[in-house]
Amino acid sequence: MFGLDLSFFDLEMLRKFVWSGLVFSVQLTITATIGGVIFGTLLALMRLSGSKLLSTPATFYVNGMRSVPLVMVILWFYLLMPFLIGRPIGAEWSAIITFVAFEAAYFSEIMRAGIQSIPRGQVYAGQAMGMTYGQNMRLIILPQAFINMLPVLLTQTIILFQDTSLVYAIGAYDLLKGFTNAGKIYGRPEEAYILAAAVYFIICFALSWAVKRLQARIAIVR
Amino acid sequence: MTWDWQVFLTDDGSGRTYLEWMLEAWRWTLAVAASSWVVAIAVGAVVGTVRTLPGRPVLVALGNAWVELFRNIPLLVQIFLWYFVVPKIFPAFQQVPGFVLVVFALGFFTSARIAEQVRAGIQSLPKGQSYAAMAMGFTTAQSYRYVILPMAFRIILPPLTSESMNLLKNSSVAFAVSIAELTMFAMQAQEETSRGIEIYIAVTGLYALSAFAVNRVFAQIEKRMRVPGFIVSGGTGGH
Repeated sequence: MFGLDLSFFDLEMLRKFVWSGLVFSVQLTITATIGGVIFGTLLALMRLSGSKLLSTPATFYVNGMRSVPLVMVILWFYLLMPFLIGRPIGAEWSAIITFVAFEAAYFSEIMRAGIQSIPRGQVYAGQAMGMTYGQNMRLIILPQAFINMLPVLLTQTIILFQDTSLVYAIGAYDLLKGFTNAGKIYGRPEEAYILAAAVYFIICFALSWAVKRLQARIAIVR
Repeated sequence: MTWDWQVFLTDDGSGRTYLEWMLEAWRWTLAVAASSWVVAIAVGAVVGTVRTLPGRPVLVALGNAWVELFRNIPLLVQIFLWYFVVPKIFPAFQQVPGFVLVVFALGFFTSARIAEQVRAGIQSLPKGQSYAAMAMGFTTAQSYRYVILPMAFRIILPPLTSESMNLLKNSSVAFAVSIAELTMFAMQAQEETSRGIEIYIAVTGLYALSAFAVNRVFAQIEKRMRVPGFIVSGGTGGH
């Protein structure tokens, strides 16, 4: 069909080229989500703290990250990491650090919206119970903010998974690279791109369908 | 380490300075972004509107399929598909310049997101608006043209602003198929001069400046288009 030949697509090819790339892409997505949510929450708390000393640098960081293309951020970290650490690190480690730092900015905006969506009365109730700021956040506010924002956080994770393909810029071995390498070896580069697109599509489509289901269930609970 | 901003005044080996090269790359970035924006808005408005048409389940399903298809494949992969795969399957595309193929890729990718915003904008209007149009004897086309779309586009201006800024940032992915835009310049000039930090600072600055300009233009549009007493403009919205 259309002069395409997909006969090289078999388990052997997947195991040899694609599997390790998929593992890295998933690892990168999960690490960046967990790290991004943790640092993002801290950034959000800094922005909402009411202290200029904390909120100004956090705002500067978040807006700065959000106004630069991800590819440039990837290149920046890859260039600067050897200066900061004192020795060259591989493209894979550089990618992981970059994505945690970059996604923290986006997750912080989501968590900020989540925290602000909690009625003030909840904060007062916590204070009236004699809770400290830390207890109030940890036990009352953040769990609710997190649940409320779960669909948005997961949607961001799907975008993040797609964005991991941009590690192409520094040559890290991810899912896309697995397919392009296989395409080169088997002499079928165009077919490899189509397969890569199909795999990304299936994963992302399934995940966004799951998020939609989850959203409907959360909406019922509330 | 020391700064060396003189690097921008040195010759890149082809009779122009790195500064001239960078400004030309900036023009390419703006050209890619602007052309893709036109494609994205045109297609996104049509697809988004079609998805809300009453009594047209086939069109709605096609619109939904369009959105899911272009939203669930990474932009980089879509650019590769347009640049390498489409010309192979359809030989007519072999004559099409790479710039145009990238514009299609970026334009269609963004159109899916804009279609989603347009749909949400239309559906956020109170039902009474279209009933009022119906009561006036408007056809479906007329009620969209004169009642629904003018309001829906005003409502989605804030998310449209951030999507347009995203489009500008996403144009950086065109480096992957050697479009001579800013990111491509950054990578090549970094390698040739090994003054990466100075080069990256300048390129990052130009991106931030361009994104800020887009933001201001939309703020102006929003101000001009405001319907008194109707929409209170809110935050900057979305991803």
